[in-house]
This record gives sequence, structure tokens and C-alpha cells, in this order.
Amino acid sequence: MEDKIKELQAQMAEAMKNISSKEELADFWQTYLGKNGQVAGLMKNLRSVSKEDRPAMGKLVNQLKKETEERYQKAKEKQEALELAARDRKEQIDITLPAKKRTVGSLHPLTLTRNEMVNVFSGMGFEIYDGAEIEDDDHNFTRLNVPQNHPSRDMQDTFYITKDILLRTQTSTGQIRYMDAHKPPLKMLSPGRVFRSDSDATHSPMFSQMEGLVVDRHITLGDLQGMLEKFCQQIFGENVRTRLRPSYFPFTEPSVEIDVSCFKCGGEGCSLCKGTGWIEILGGGVVHHKVLANCGIDPEEYSGFAFGIGIERIAMLKYGINNIGLLTRNDLRFLRQFQEV
Amino acid sequence: MRVPFSWLKEYVDIDCSARELQDILFGCGFEVEELIDLAGDFNRVVVGEVTECVPQEGTHLFLCKIDAGEYGKDIEISTGAPNVYQGMKTVAALDDSTLPGGIHIKARKMQGHMSYGMLCSGEELGLNEDLFPGSEVYGLLDLPKDSVNGTPIAEVVGLNDYIFDIALTANRPDCNSILGMAREVAAALDKPLKMPATDYECTDYEFEGFQVSVEAPEFCPRYTAHGVHNIRYDQSPQWMKRYLALCGLRSISVVVDITNFVMLEMGQPMHAFDLEKLESNRIIVRRAVEGEKIVTLDGKEFTLNPENLMICDGSKPECLGGIMGGLSSEITENTKELLLECAKFERDNIRKTSRSLGQSTDSSAHYERGVSEYTVELGMARALHLIQELQVGEISRSHFDIKNGQPFEGPYEEDGLHFTGTLSGINRILGIEVPADTVLDILRRLSFKVTRDGDHLDVTAPRYREDIEIGDPDLAEEVIREYGYDKIIPTFMKDATVTSGGLTPEQQRREKVKQCMCAQGFYEIQTLSFYSDADLDALHFAADAVERKCIRILNPITDRLSIMRTTMAPSLLTTVVDNIKFGNMEGRMFELENVYFPKSLPVTELPDEIPHLGFAVYGNDEDFFTVKGAVEGLAQEFGLTFEYERAQDVSYLHPGIAAYIVCEGERIGVFGKISNLVTSELSLPKDSKANHKIFLGEIDYPKLVSHIRTFVYKPVSEFPAVVRDLALVADEAQECGTIVKEIKNACPAVSEVELFDIYRSMAIGKGKKSMAFKITFVSDEKALSPEDVNRFIKKILGNLKFRLGVEMR
Repeated sequence: MEDKIKELQAQMAEAMKNISSKEELADFWQTYLGKNGQVAGLMKNLRSVSKEDRPAMGKLVNQLKKETEERYQKAKEKQEALELAARDRKEQIDITLPAKKRTVGSLHPLTLTRNEMVNVFSGMGFEIYDGAEIEDDDHNFTRLNVPQNHPSRDMQDTFYITKDILLRTQTSTGQIRYMDAHKPPLKMLSPGRVFRSDSDATHSPMFSQMEGLVVDRHITLGDLQGMLEKFCQQIFGENVRTRLRPSYFPFTEPSVEIDVSCFKCGGEGCSLCKGTGWIEILGGGVVHHKVLANCGIDPEEYSGFAFGIGIERIAMLKYGINNIGLLTRNDLRFLRQFQEV
Repeated sequence: MRVPFSWLKEYVDIDCSARELQDILFGCGFEVEELIDLAGDFNRVVVGEVTECVPQEGTHLFLCKIDAGEYGKDIEISTGAPNVYQGMKTVAALDDSTLPGGIHIKARKMQGHMSYGMLCSGEELGLNEDLFPGSEVYGLLDLPKDSVNGTPIAEVVGLNDYIFDIALTANRPDCNSILGMAREVAAALDKPLKMPATDYECTDYEFEGFQVSVEAPEFCPRYTAHGVHNIRYDQSPQWMKRYLALCGLRSISVVVDITNFVMLEMGQPMHAFDLEKLESNRIIVRRAVEGEKIVTLDGKEFTLNPENLMICDGSKPECLGGIMGGLSSEITENTKELLLECAKFERDNIRKTSRSLGQSTDSSAHYERGVSEYTVELGMARALHLIQELQVGEISRSHFDIKNGQPFEGPYEEDGLHFTGTLSGINRILGIEVPADTVLDILRRLSFKVTRDGDHLDVTAPRYREDIEIGDPDLAEEVIREYGYDKIIPTFMKDATVTSGGLTPEQQRREKVKQCMCAQGFYEIQTLSFYSDADLDALHFAADAVERKCIRILNPITDRLSIMRTTMAPSLLTTVVDNIKFGNMEGRMFELENVYFPKSLPVTELPDEIPHLGFAVYGNDEDFFTVKGAVEGLAQEFGLTFEYERAQDVSYLHPGIAAYIVCEGERIGVFGKISNLVTSELSLPKDSKANHKIFLGEIDYPKLVSHIRTFVYKPVSEFPAVVRDLALVADEAQECGTIVKEIKNACPAVSEVELFDIYRSMAIGKGKKSMAFKITFVSDEKALSPEDVNRFIKKILGNLKFRLGVEMR
């Protein structure tokens, strides 16, 4: 009996070595450890062993069974690990294949710019007023102190719907609408589309502006520069400076252009600022007495400043866009880039 | 406007350089768009004397030796010019020199001989006869014998000069002349202005019986005319020709040149009529009769209407007022007597006539900016002075002056607007303290008459400053212009009231909608607010469709941009097609901007501007349900529930693959695949059309918003939800939405119904489909038992069978 046990032990050790698949593992189980396996056979044979030897033999057989089962378990785990590793290898992918597309879109650069500008002015206490795009002559011109024979009224520049109804040529219409409804102190920002019929390579018949208006007691030209300097610093960087230049708008007196020091070269002169160190940004001025009076605000008591910014221009400067046409072409290859912003 | 530096110097002793003056002008509101250095192009081009001149045998060349002063005495230069002679002083472009246009001259071998430069003609220097006499002679420029050898050529031919090309703002027509700019320069430099002479003496001669009348004073508030006799036809003096040439005008004859000179110098256009060619002894300024014709000096014929102003003799038009004279009364060498016209024409009318006729001249350009009556008076006096000084003719006694339609005998006004201001008011506008003496000094320099009484200022503006109108703000602008804008101290509204700002909840919601679309892979686009009837045609809108009731632009740039949009669909489809052409084979896009509906047609009041959320989706991976998913995403973003109704009547959408979006019973929008017909007509290559699945959608934004409620948290049931699957067999035509609605209606405990499978097989039967739903039950009152749920299912199945004929599989 003891010999038989040893023989089986050796046989099983040999068989175990040769196992290299799940199937062989199952065979091994069936041959040796299963219900009708050889170990079970040994168990049955114990009956033929003498009574006095039986406990010792039984112990040996049990030990053999236990040891074999443990080894079987280890072999099984090893085999499974091998097979999973094989599956891993099989499942290997080409990690250099293109990534799956991001499914997020983005806002248009004009909206991004507009939002950034709105945020800056919101923080300064400006309310946002959405004016109408189709306006009347009164709000677009007359009450803004644009006299009846002013060149900007000419058919060349303004799209007319009727003699009196037109597509607004400037967001300045917001000044009148807002001052009709609100009395000082007030701070208003009115962004939106405007339309002009002088279309060519560098002018679109439609573009975007942002009008700003502050009316209060003791508002000065210095305040206009101070506030817009803060705006420029938030948009273009803390180190930029501004300068005023005389200009003319019918609805402000004095009128100024505001230039910002070139944020690319720091004022040294480069291609962006055409060597001048300064970049034209916006126009503005002290609100004309007649405009205040036209809105029922006493110009002796209140003063204010107004400004208008071209959103396309700011967007182009901010993002380095050199062709205004890109902003209305809606080419997805262009728009996709603004996910980054 | 071109302003020659040398001409400015006639009126002001300018002691700074042209570059410095450019900066000074910039600071006081006159942007010099370009400062042209006329000598700038020349380098090593000097006066050279031909000391030897030998024909080279067998060639057309002359071998010359040139004395170029400090540049060398015996410079060998070959020339082919036949007018070269020994002793000639001419132009020598030496070795390594530059001529206008960047032409570079280097020593080179010509016919076997080295030539160390080139002798030049006037034309090669960019000269013409008016700039320098003899310039247009064929061959070399023959310079005066007293020219010093080696002198840079620009000095000799008058090109050592600058042209300021100045951009004027619309409020300063008074500066649209050399004199006007000279006034500003004198003020800026604090130098006296040397006014050009305007005195003249009249003869006793009178054009007897001659009459001038103005019948349209609304277009011509001031008309003056003066008779001149004994005209001598001649060329203009060289100085006048040169100034005209520097400003881009050619010399014609001294009479015409004087009118042009006064226009440039004073900003006052003038005209001269040959009196003998007028058909009667009178000038009438009137509106044209409908259909009346005139041939102008350039030979063009125009048909006129009563909005055009005519200057006529007794019978026929002689001049298109303020724009161009007529051919019939043109000044010629035979003119013996002439009538000089100097008038103020209303600028708006000149502009309209000029635009409508397409006839634009230097004269009309001046009138369009605006001419003052001061300039009318000054211009006439200056022209008459020049006629006398240059002995062109004799000044008669016949002077005509019509102001506002009535004869005007003077006296001429001396001053402009009289008004009051305060020093404190000026400073309050500027935000700085400008010393009182400085304010007074600046205003004096600008020719304002000011008397000060403490803070109070009593001011009289010069007559030509018609832009001055309201007191302190005008004065503040004048002061800071000269004082310097760099003196303004930036302040941050230190005295202003604090205000709250920011977006309104409605404005924030709009941003949220945009963000929601972006989060679902859409890119925002910006398209034009107008398009054309053809764009509506392309989408097959019916003739009576509401989209056709649109607002039309009276003066569109092109027919393609002639109507205000009533729907986003054409803009979106155009953008999709463009993108396919760009090679972008898939994409999602949206735009949240206005469409425009008239309250009535024709338009009599401001129309409705309604923001629409338009979106477009195309590409191989897209289908109706990916688009629907995006719409659902929007609903979810605002806590809304959308239902869908088949949309079969939208002209551009596929009748089987389109849906109205319904919210609380209201249609708020539509989306779907574009119809096969519209697809087939897209301007894309034929073979690619079928490959593009294009979906369009449009939501009426205010309608969407009207269903959005303020968010308030809803309590979650304390009891767990129970989920049951239910497989139903329905007719193929049975729509899922109807079944879902029925399930929900059948049982209030149903919180969600989700279709998760559709299955067809022979076993189920032909024309039938099996639909598997996941139904979630929940109660706020108790934990649902299996029996409760069984009861619900029974009720649901009962209703489905009864109402829809749908049974459990």
C-alpha cells in the first residue's frame, strides 16, 4: 500500500509538471482527484489494508490528497494567470490610433470676446442693455445729435427699411433708449450687432459693437481714460497704458480716440502696432449736452462719458486673427480652435 | 487732403521740422495719414555740368565728362540723349544712386565704355512741366546755368519739400484748405498768421442790365458773383502751377487756375462763366426741371430732376451747381468777359446729387464737407485780388450777392457765435485744473475773442468755426487740444455713485443655453441677419408662408442681402454647405440670434425682433435621434419635458423624419432631416449629396423661455422605486411616444418609461413589432409591494389593449 501511495505520488508529480492548459488541468483533476480518480481509488483500497495499518495508511493517503489538491490549486492559479496574460496579449490595441473625438463645442470668438468684456464692465457696476437692431431715425441719429445732413445719415452708409426705420448703424442707440428709461446715476453697457452699407474687403455689412455710458454728477474726461485704462489692462495685460487723441463724434464733446500701448512689443514698435507703439482701440468722449438734454437729463447737473468699442477689433487683437472675414465664415476648422479659450 | 509744407510756410513762420509738425498736428486733432518726403527718394542725384561731350563712333551714345562738384570733377557718364551739349547743366544720377520709385543706378559698361552713372530727364525725376519748367522736354533736363555743381537735385527742382496728407474729422470743414491748416499751425506754434491779400480795385465798367437771382435758397443759401472784363488769356505763374501740381491738379489757364488755387487755399470752390456764351443777361439758381439735361465740362451728359440744383442763364443750364460747370459756357482763350461765381451750396444736396449722378469733383468734395459764408466772402475777394495782381483782367463794378434768396448789401459779419462759459466748467469736464492764463492764451491763439470776469468767460468764436455751438464742452475741447491730452490724469470715477451691475437673470439664461449647446458638441456660429428671396426659395417656402412676410431693405448692397431673416434655416444650411466645401465632413453648429417679423406690411413701426435658437447637425455618425438627444439635453438643462409631434408640413424638412418640439402643449420649435428634394438641390458635387445627412432645427427662444420655471428642489420619495420590464406587441405603425404617454396616463405611480429594445420576427407576426419597456414605479406614500405593481401592470395592459390594441408579448 505504501508503495502504491509513493508510486502514485511520483506519477502525479510527473503529470503535474506537464500541465500546460486548462484542459490538461481538468484531465489531471479527473484522473487523480475526481470522484473516480486514483486518489479516491486509494481511499477505497484502504479497506483492504490491515486494521492496524489502516490509520497510518489513511493518514498518508489523506496527506497525499491534501498536498495534491494544494498543488493542483497552485497549478490552476498559475494556469489561469498565464491564460489571462495571453488574453491581455491578444487584446492589445494600437495605441497610436487617433483618439476618439471630444464632444464639446465652443462659443464663437466674438461671443467669447464679448463675454470677457461684459465681465470686466459688470464688475465695474455696468448694467447690460440689449438694444434693438432695427431702430428709428430718432434713436439712431437725431437724438444722438447727428444733424439731418450729417454724412453718416447718407444712403451710402445706412440700410433703410422705410424713410424713418433703419438697421442701427451704431450701438449708441442704447444711450438714448437707456436714458429714457433710467435716470442717473447710471452705468450701462450695450453690446450688439450693427449694420452699415459700406461693405468692402475690410468691412462687413454687419459687425458688433459695444457701447458704454456713464452718467452721474462730476464725471470727467479723466474718468473716461481711467476706466478704460482699467478695462484695457484686464483685457490686454496689467502693464498696458492708454493715451487720448482728439477726435470727433457728434454725440460727445470733447471726443477722443483711445489708444492702448502695444501689448506685443511693449511700445517699442512692431508689426502689430505698425511701428508706432500704440494700437487704436476705441472712441469715446464726454456726453454731448444736447444728448443729455434730449433724454430729459439736466446737463448742468449731470455729466457723463460714452464710448464705443468694436468687438471684432478686440477679438482680432486678442486672438491674433489677421483676417476679419474669418469671423463670419463659420469654418469649423477655425471655430474648433476656440475650445481652448 | 494734401498740404505742401512750403505752401503752409507762406502763411506761418514755421520753425520746426516737418516730422515735428506732424506730431504737433497729431496732438491737436489732425492725423497726418502720410508725411510724404518729396526728396526722400533721391540719393546721390546731383547737379552735373557737362564739361566734355564726344559722340562715340558707331553708336548713338555721347561720352561725357561730368563735373559734379564735391562728388568728382571728371566723372565719365555715357548718355543717349540727343540734346546733350558741352556746358549743359543737367541731372547726374551718380554710381550707386537712387531715383524715385526706388530705381537704383550703378556704374556699368555701355558699348565698351564704363559709365559711372546716368544723366536724367525731368520725367525720370518724377517731374512735370507744372512742377519744374522744361521737365517734359524730350531728353535731358536743362538746368539753369547758375545751378551749383554737386547740389542735391531736390533743392534745385523744388522737390525739397513735404506733403502732409491729412485726415480731417467731419466737424472741421474750416480746415479743409491750406489757409485753414495754416490757422491751426499758427495757433499750435503760437505764431502770427500771415493772411493772404484780398484787396482789389474795381473799374467803372458795369455789366449793364445783368441780373442774378436765386430761386432755390434752400439749396443755395449764399450766392455771389462778380463780373471781370478785358480778360487776358495766359499761362499761370510758375509758383501757382507748382502749388497746384503739388496738390495733384494740372495747370489749365490762369483763370481756371485761380479758381482752383482759391479752392485749395481758402477751401472755397469757384466757377467762371464765359459771359458771351450766356444766352441772356442773367443767372438763375434754381432746381432742375424733371428731365432737364446738361453736358458738363468733361463732356458727360446728365438727365436731372428737381432735387438737382442748376445754375442757368435765361434759357439753359450752364452749371451743375457746386459740382461741375457746363461745357457751353466754358472759359477759352477767346473769353473776353467772365462772371466769377463764389457760393455756398447746401452740403447734403450736393452729396445727394453727386452720388445719384455718379459725378464727384474736388468742388463737390469741398461742398460735401461744408463751406461757410465767411469763406464765400473771402474766396471771392482773394480770386479778384489774384486776377488783378496777375493782370489777368479788370475787375468790374458788377457785384452780385444773394443771401437766402434776397439781395445782400452787407455789411459782412465780423464774428462767429457769441456765448458764455466758465473756467470751472471747462475744468470740470476735463477733470484737471488748467491755469486760467493758459485757457485764455489758448483761446486767443485760436482767434477766439475772450473777456474774463473771475470764473466767467465771455467768448466770441471766429466766423469760420461753425462747429462751435454749446459753450463749456466746446471750450474744453479747444483748450485740451492745445494744452495736450497727455495732461489728462486718468481717474477711476472717484466722485461717482457706486452702482450694481451685471447680467440680468434673462441674460444669464441665454448664456446658459449657449453653454448647454456647446456641452453637446455644438459650435456657435455668427451669420448675417439678412439674406435673399433666393435663400427662401432654396428651402421651398410657399409663396404665402409666414417666412415670406419679411422686412425688405430699401437700399441693399446686393440682392443677396436684401431681406431681414424670418428663419434661421437658410443661414444654417448655407453654413453647412460651406463647411462641406471646406472639407469638414461632420459638424454641429448653433446660433442664438434674432429673426425679424414686421408688425404689419408695409412696415410702419418698429418690427418684432425674436431670438431664435437655430442648430444644424450633419455627418455620418448623426441621425434623427442624435439630434433629438441634443434637444432633450436642452430640455433637461431647464427642467422641461418636451414632447414630439410629427412635422409633415415644414417645406424644407423630410416629412417622415421631422418633429415639432412641444412643451406643455405649445409648439416651440421644429427639427429634422432636410428633405430629399432640398438635399438634391444643394450646391454640392452630385455624387457627394447622398452622403450628407443634414439635420436642421429651430427653436423660438422666447417660447422656450416662457416654460422655464424658477428652480425649486422637489422632495425625493422616501420609498424605493420598483422597476419592471414589459414586452409589448404593437402594429408596425404604432408610435412609441403614444404608448409611453398611455402607460404614464394609466398609472400615477409611473415615474419613468424607457424603451430599451425593438424586435421583429416571424413569430411575432408580419407588420408587428415587439417593444420592450423599462417602467419605473414609485410612490410618495408607501413602499410598493409586488401586488401593488402587479395591479398597476394589469391596469396599464388593460388600457393599452383597449385604447391602442397593444398587447403583452
